[in-house]
Amino acid sequence: MRAVCACLIGWGMLAAPFAVAQGGSLTLPRTVEAGSAFSVPSSGSGKATLYIVGLGQVLKRDVEMGQAISFPLGTLYSAGHYITVLVKDSSPAESGSFDVIPAAKPADVTFLARPSRLPVGLHGGITGAGYVFDTYRNLITAPTQVTFELSSPKGANQTRTVETRYGAAWTEMDSTPQQGTDKFVARVGDVSSMRIIGQVPGDPCSLKMSARPAGEQIQVQTEPVRDCSGNAVPDGTIVTFTETYDGGESTVDVPLKRGIAEVKMPARPGAKLSVASGVVLGNEIRWEK
Amino acid sequence: MNRGRFLAVLLGGATVLLIAIGTLWPSKSAAIYAGSGGFLESAATPEAAVRNLGEELRESAWQRAYDGLANKTQFTEQKFVYDLMGYYPNLRTYATVDKYEVRPLRASATDAEVELKIYWATVVGPAPDTRVLRVVKNGNVWQPEWPMEKQPLLPPQVIPVNYLRWDVIYRGAGDDWGAQDVESPHVRIVDMHPVERADGVVIMGELLNEDVVPAAVSVNATLLSKKDQSPIATEGSFDKISHLLLPKQVTPFLIRFPNVSLSEVGSIRMTPFSSLVSASADPVIEIQDEHLNPAPDASVTGQLTNQSGQIVNVAHVLGTFYDKSGNLVWVADQYVDRALLPQTPVPFDIHIPEDLARKVSTERTVVATYVSGGARG
Repeated sequence: MRAVCACLIGWGMLAAPFAVAQGGSLTLPRTVEAGSAFSVPSSGSGKATLYIVGLGQVLKRDVEMGQAISFPLGTLYSAGHYITVLVKDSSPAESGSFDVIPAAKPADVTFLARPSRLPVGLHGGITGAGYVFDTYRNLITAPTQVTFELSSPKGANQTRTVETRYGAAWTEMDSTPQQGTDKFVARVGDVSSMRIIGQVPGDPCSLKMSARPAGEQIQVQTEPVRDCSGNAVPDGTIVTFTETYDGGESTVDVPLKRGIAEVKMPARPGAKLSVASGVVLGNEIRWEK
Repeated sequence: MNRGRFLAVLLGGATVLLIAIGTLWPSKSAAIYAGSGGFLESAATPEAAVRNLGEELRESAWQRAYDGLANKTQFTEQKFVYDLMGYYPNLRTYATVDKYEVRPLRASATDAEVELKIYWATVVGPAPDTRVLRVVKNGNVWQPEWPMEKQPLLPPQVIPVNYLRWDVIYRGAGDDWGAQDVESPHVRIVDMHPVERADGVVIMGELLNEDVVPAAVSVNATLLSKKDQSPIATEGSFDKISHLLLPKQVTPFLIRFPNVSLSEVGSIRMTPFSSLVSASADPVIEIQDEHLNPAPDASVTGQLTNQSGQIVNVAHVLGTFYDKSGNLVWVADQYVDRALLPQTPVPFDIHIPEDLARKVSTERTVVATYVSGGARG
C-alpha cells in the first residue's frame, strides 16, 4: 500500500508538465464531506484511469474523459488530504488534491469519565472528556457544543456546556454530599454517552463504641458508623478494637456488618478499650468491672 | 599408543578398586548422605538419646524416631507425625528439619530433661520449634519421651458466616477504548521513615486503603542520588507487607536496600501499587494477650485466635513499633508455622532488634492470612 502511494505520488509530480499536452483535465472539488456523494467533471476525450490516494483509502476508477465522474454515498469516508492522479495511455496526465472533511452532524461521542468511584463531597473530583465523531468515526474538529450533566438519584444536577477544541471538550464536576450511583452524561445534539459514577461514603466520623459484659468477656460494639455527611460507611470496612491492660494488649480488626462492628474481648479490670478505623480514632472506655 | 592404553587400564583398575573400598568400608558422612544410619551414636547419655532423635527427624525417618521413643505406646506413629507436622496443611507440611540443637536441663540416675530445638526449613525461612523432652533410662540405654502437644477438640458445629465478599467484573476485551472500567482502589502511604542499618538502608512505613473496596497492594521505593538525583536502586516490599487490605485497613511495610548508605541518598521516590481484587472479609483473627517484652530478647508476643469456622493454613503477623512520640521505629514479622484452627489460640513471637528495643514504646500488630485456594489479609 505504502509503495503504491509513493509510486502514485511520484507519478503525480511528473504528470504536471504533461497535463496540457494530453488535452484532458478534471475539475476537483476543494473539499468533500466524508461519506457524501459527489462528482468530478472532466474535459477532453478518450479513456483514462483515475487514482485517488489518501492515508486511509485508495480508489481506482476507469473514466471516460468529457463526462462527470460520480462517486456514490459512502465512497470516501476517511477524513484527510487526498491526491488524485489521472493516467491516460499508461502515462500520468494530471494530478491534483482535495480534502475529505468530517461530516458536520455528530454521530457518536466517546466519553472518558474519571474516576468511576470517589468519596462524597469532593470539589472538582470528577472529570469528563468528550470526543465528537461523525458516522464514519472521523473526529469532528470544528467547534461543537458538548453538554455534560451529572445527576444523582436524589435529583441534584450539575450541568456544564463546553465547546470542543480540535474535537475534544472536558469539564470538572463536584461529587455530591450523598452517596449513591450518579449518571454522568455527555451530550452533543441528539447523541449522548453515559457513564456511572459511584459516590461512596468518606472516612468514618465520630466513631463511637459501647461495651457490656458477656460472661467472662466484654462485648464491644460500635454505633452505626457514618461519615461526616451522614452516609452509612459500607459493610466490610475495617474497624480496629484495642484493649490495653497492665503490660499487655489485645487487638482485633473487625469488618463492619450491617453498619456496625462488634467483637468479644477478654474482660480485664482496669483495661482501656479504644476503637479506630483507618486514620480516624473513636472514643475510649475504661473497663472497671 | 601403548603408553596411552596402559594409562587407561591403570585408571580403570584404580576406579574399580576405590569403588570396592568405598562400598565395603564407607566413611561415616558418606553413609549418611546415602541415607543409611546417620550420625547415630550409642544412647549412653540423655543428650545422646535426644541427639539421635534429632538426627532421625532431620532424615525424616519418622518410623525410626517413633520406634526409639519410650512413651510410644501412648500414641500412634501417625499421631506423632501429625504432632510434628500438623493435622492440616501449613508451613511445615512441605518443610524439612534443617538442624537441631540439644541442651541438657536436668539429669538424675534414672531420668533427665533435655531441650530439643528443631529448626524447620520452610519456604519463608527457618521456623524453630522448641520441645522439652523427658529422657528415661531403660537398662543401659536412655530413651526420650515425646511431649505430645494437646490439641483442643472443638465440638462438631455449624458456624454461620455472613461476612461480605467482593467480586469484580472488569471491562470486556471487546469494549471501546473509551469504555468505563472499575477504578483501582485508592491507597495512601500514611507514614514513611528511612533508617540506616548495618547491612544497608531500610525504608519502612504504613499504607492505608482509604477506599471502600479491597485492594491487593505492594510498595516500591527508589533511592535517588544526592549528587544528581539519578536512581541508586529500586526495591519492593516483597513479603514484608500485608498484600490484601480491606477498606480502611492499614499495613506496615519494610523495604531493604542492602549495601547502600543513607549518606548517598538525596531523596526517595515511593510508589504504592493497588489493584482491585475479589476478597472476603472472613476470617477474622483476634490478637490476644500481646506483650511487649523488653531487652534482652526483646519481642512482642501474643496469641492469634481464629474467630471464624474456616481453617487458616498460614498466618503472617506483622508488628509495627513506635517510640513515645508515636514515630515509626521498626517493622518486623513472623510466620506462624501452624494452621489456625477455629477458636484455638496459637502463640506468636516477633523479635525486635536489641538496639531498637529501648526506643520502642508502643506497637500495633496486623495479621495476614492465607487459606488453601485463596488468600486474604
